[in-house]
Amino acid sequence: MPTTFMSRNDLLLFLGFTIVVLAMPIWLAPFGAGYPDLLQRFMIYGIFAVGFNILFGLTGYLSFGHAAFFGVGSYTAVWSFKLLTLDAIPAMVFAVIVSALFALVIGFLCLRRSGIYFSILTLAFAQMSYNLAYSVLTPITNGETGLQLTLNDPRVLDAAIGQTFVGQPVPTLFGQQLSGYAGFYFCAGFLILAFFFAQRITGSPFGMMLKSIKSNQTRMQFTGFNTRPYALSAFVISGMYAGLAGALLAVTDPLAGAERMQWTASGEVVLMTILGGVGTLVGPVIGAWIIKYFENILSALNDNILARFWSFLPDGMADFMVTVTSKFVGDGWHLTLGLLFVIIVIFLPGGIMEGVRRIAAAVRRSGTPAAKTQTQPAE
Amino acid sequence: MFEVIFLQFLNGLDKGAAYALIALGLTLVFGTLGVVNFAHGALFMLGAFCAVTVRMFLTMETVTIDPTKLSPWGSPLEVREPLVQAWLGDFGAVLVNYSVPFSILITIPIMLLVGIALERGIIKHFYKRPHAEQILVTFGLAIVAQEVIKSIFGPNPIPQPMPTDLRGAADIGAFLGMQANVITYPLWRLIYFVFSAVVIAGVFAFLQFTTFGMVVRAGMADRETVGLLGINIDRRFTVMFGLAAVVAGMAGVMYTPLLPPNYHLGMDFLVLSFVVVVVGGMGSLPGAVAAGFLLGILQSFASMTQVKAIVPGIDQIIIYLVAVVILLVRPRGLLGRRGVMES
Amino acid sequence: MANSNVVLHVADVHKRFGGLHALADIDLQVEEGQTHAIIGPNGAGKSTLLNVIIGKLAPTSGQVVFDGAILTGRKPYQINQLGIARVFQTPEIFADLSVLHNVMIPAFAKRDGTFTLNMLRSLDSETGIRQEAEHMLEDVGMLNRKDMQAASLSRGDKRRMELAMCLIQHPRLLLLDEPTAGMSRHDTNTTIELLKKIKSRGMTKVIIEHDMHVVFSLADKISVLAQGRIIADGTPDEVRGNPKVQEAYLGGTH
Repeated sequence: MPTTFMSRNDLLLFLGFTIVVLAMPIWLAPFGAGYPDLLQRFMIYGIFAVGFNILFGLTGYLSFGHAAFFGVGSYTAVWSFKLLTLDAIPAMVFAVIVSALFALVIGFLCLRRSGIYFSILTLAFAQMSYNLAYSVLTPITNGETGLQLTLNDPRVLDAAIGQTFVGQPVPTLFGQQLSGYAGFYFCAGFLILAFFFAQRITGSPFGMMLKSIKSNQTRMQFTGFNTRPYALSAFVISGMYAGLAGALLAVTDPLAGAERMQWTASGEVVLMTILGGVGTLVGPVIGAWIIKYFENILSALNDNILARFWSFLPDGMADFMVTVTSKFVGDGWHLTLGLLFVIIVIFLPGGIMEGVRRIAAAVRRSGTPAAKTQTQPAE
Repeated sequence: MFEVIFLQFLNGLDKGAAYALIALGLTLVFGTLGVVNFAHGALFMLGAFCAVTVRMFLTMETVTIDPTKLSPWGSPLEVREPLVQAWLGDFGAVLVNYSVPFSILITIPIMLLVGIALERGIIKHFYKRPHAEQILVTFGLAIVAQEVIKSIFGPNPIPQPMPTDLRGAADIGAFLGMQANVITYPLWRLIYFVFSAVVIAGVFAFLQFTTFGMVVRAGMADRETVGLLGINIDRRFTVMFGLAAVVAGMAGVMYTPLLPPNYHLGMDFLVLSFVVVVVGGMGSLPGAVAAGFLLGILQSFASMTQVKAIVPGIDQIIIYLVAVVILLVRPRGLLGRRGVMES
Repeated sequence: MANSNVVLHVADVHKRFGGLHALADIDLQVEEGQTHAIIGPNGAGKSTLLNVIIGKLAPTSGQVVFDGAILTGRKPYQINQLGIARVFQTPEIFADLSVLHNVMIPAFAKRDGTFTLNMLRSLDSETGIRQEAEHMLEDVGMLNRKDMQAASLSRGDKRRMELAMCLIQHPRLLLLDEPTAGMSRHDTNTTIELLKKIKSRGMTKVIIEHDMHVVFSLADKISVLAQGRIIADGTPDEVRGNPKVQEAYLGGTH
């Protein structure tokens, strides 16, 4: 059965991925990242990046507007909490459906153009959504303050079964609160599921068609394929992933703000995908983890910590180093991010996965000559 | 009614001029180098911060404490002495007053250097790489530029005063023989419009009437052939990138009195300018200029209260809406050639 | 339509680019099962004609009819689905994919149509199409290269693979745009052999070719195009003796 359902390698990859994800609280603890808050974000942005890669990595269409779907997912989930129930499942379902519809409309329009025009169109739509969320749509989005849960939300389904809450309402799963590790495992389940589907899509004939759109769209058309519905499907699927991720963020932190839809957020998911490796399965997830990890570490650093770090240097030198490095941490973390982005695109467009491949190849190559040199003295 | 419409038209001109100038540079770079430059907005922003820096230097002061006198609060009197005025006298005072236009002189060489360094250092290596990678690397550069500015100048906008003599408003209505004081227009906006018109005309004349411009135009049409003629196209393209940077920088300098610059000014304008380029037609210089003014004016009309009453929020999205419609109805833009950058 | 055997009819086609009359008054009938060559000096409009047939360019006037269906105005993928495949002058292949996948993709188009959302099936379970593709590669003598990345093939092999990509769809009409351009003499001869082999399968072919050696060893019929017009039409022998043709070639652009 595994041969037709999933090849041995795919199955191993999936199992390995699952184990790595589920064991994250253990193996990330030594790195100071083994706490639920950060782990949840690892899962959420992992899903976002995996989905983005289905569009960008497979079809080559570079969207600069995926944060819009992320934001729509968040808003929908929060509204589901407010109006229907605090249970997470309906919120997730609605978020995925609404973001899919949203992606269908935007994708249908944007995919009428390709290349750079497509990127600009998606950017335009995302900025439009962001501007609207901040201005006229305030009744839906609550503008700058952001949409949040309150005690007097109607929650008709909860009310119908007579469920009441004391204190600040938080999302639940079948009555269990989704905070801490429960929240992490909830998100992890979705990441594993998301990864599984991405794997299936990549290994399917449909996935091959997406790759061939990236490779040669003209040939696709002259081969008898209508490329647009393929690209649109990929767009909608990745929009659904974004919506799912946005909803999960709302589950773990039920406050949706418009800044989640800004172009910087779209740029971030592009960076995650590039950093990890465009078109690879695990690359985008790794990219997302690395960025969220360093964001967490670097943005928490301040001058005092830096001063302690550089204290082994002579005073003047230490001060100088503190001043210089402080530009790259804390609020300046985005500078590091931007530099990283530029460096990766210039030197390693294939991302970390490409780097790993190169190193592996170099090791293999250096392995053989080494064996030869060992034999030479014997002669 | 006519006056209201005319006034909105005028109000759109200065923003339109800024869009046109940025879009012009974007198009130059795209047309000559075939590079989609997401860092172009950052160049506009850098120009604006050149003005900020120049003013910072011009207004540097020495503070000496005169122990013989007391301030009204009873503490020793601090005597502030503006350095430039101390050295240059009245001319120094004029310089401080006119810091914004004066900054242009300094901005031009700086932006030229920035542009050339950028092209030689990074962009050059991306000519043959996919457009997606060009977008990504310039996008990264834009982030770096804005974060550097943020860490130097802080996150808040830094207002730049315009010269005192140019603060008033021009009574355009009276000038055109209409009733006085109905259509008045801030003088600086008028200056900005005239300034951009001059720059745009200069760029066009440069491309039209110089040998250099002719080669560049030929290169825009057919790079390989021109290369075969033994002309070093690459060097000229480097200069074009520098020129585009200078245009963006100057546009940024002159805009500072209208909108206090902050670090994300560049991105705000970039997204809009891209839309402008697309509406005008990728690779068409006249298209970029025309679409810049058109969209600026449209935006001005959309922000009228009467219009907003009918379609709420229209001022926030009008430009994007126009772009979407144009791209779907007339994909090559208003004045664009067919098939540019399709794949 | 006089001849019921005519499968492709280019009827009264004109194509103008601005002031340039690229194709004028083209009337061309290709009979079922035949190999029809279109020759002519550089700039005669051969590629334009092929692009009009395949739907890449719209004619200014006139139309192209394939087996009763009007091709003019249809999208390239619709034209392909009617049973027309094309080999390009510069190979249009999926350079990042393996040779085997390159040949499998067109087979999917043939089996599943213009769009199928088969995203949960595994590619590995498509044994039928895989075998078909392997057979096809064997036919063109490339089976040993099936796992190579297409980009790393030699130019001649890219051509042959592209041909395999077309043949796997069992098209009713195959359009070949200079199939041996830039090939070595050896590769050219292998390609000729290959094309002769398919000929025995009764596939209709339209070939645009520069190389007279190729044309005369393959064509049943030849149309000569010069300055956008057909100046001669007939069997290879008829065309060879036609003084107009000699003039066009000798007094042409060369």
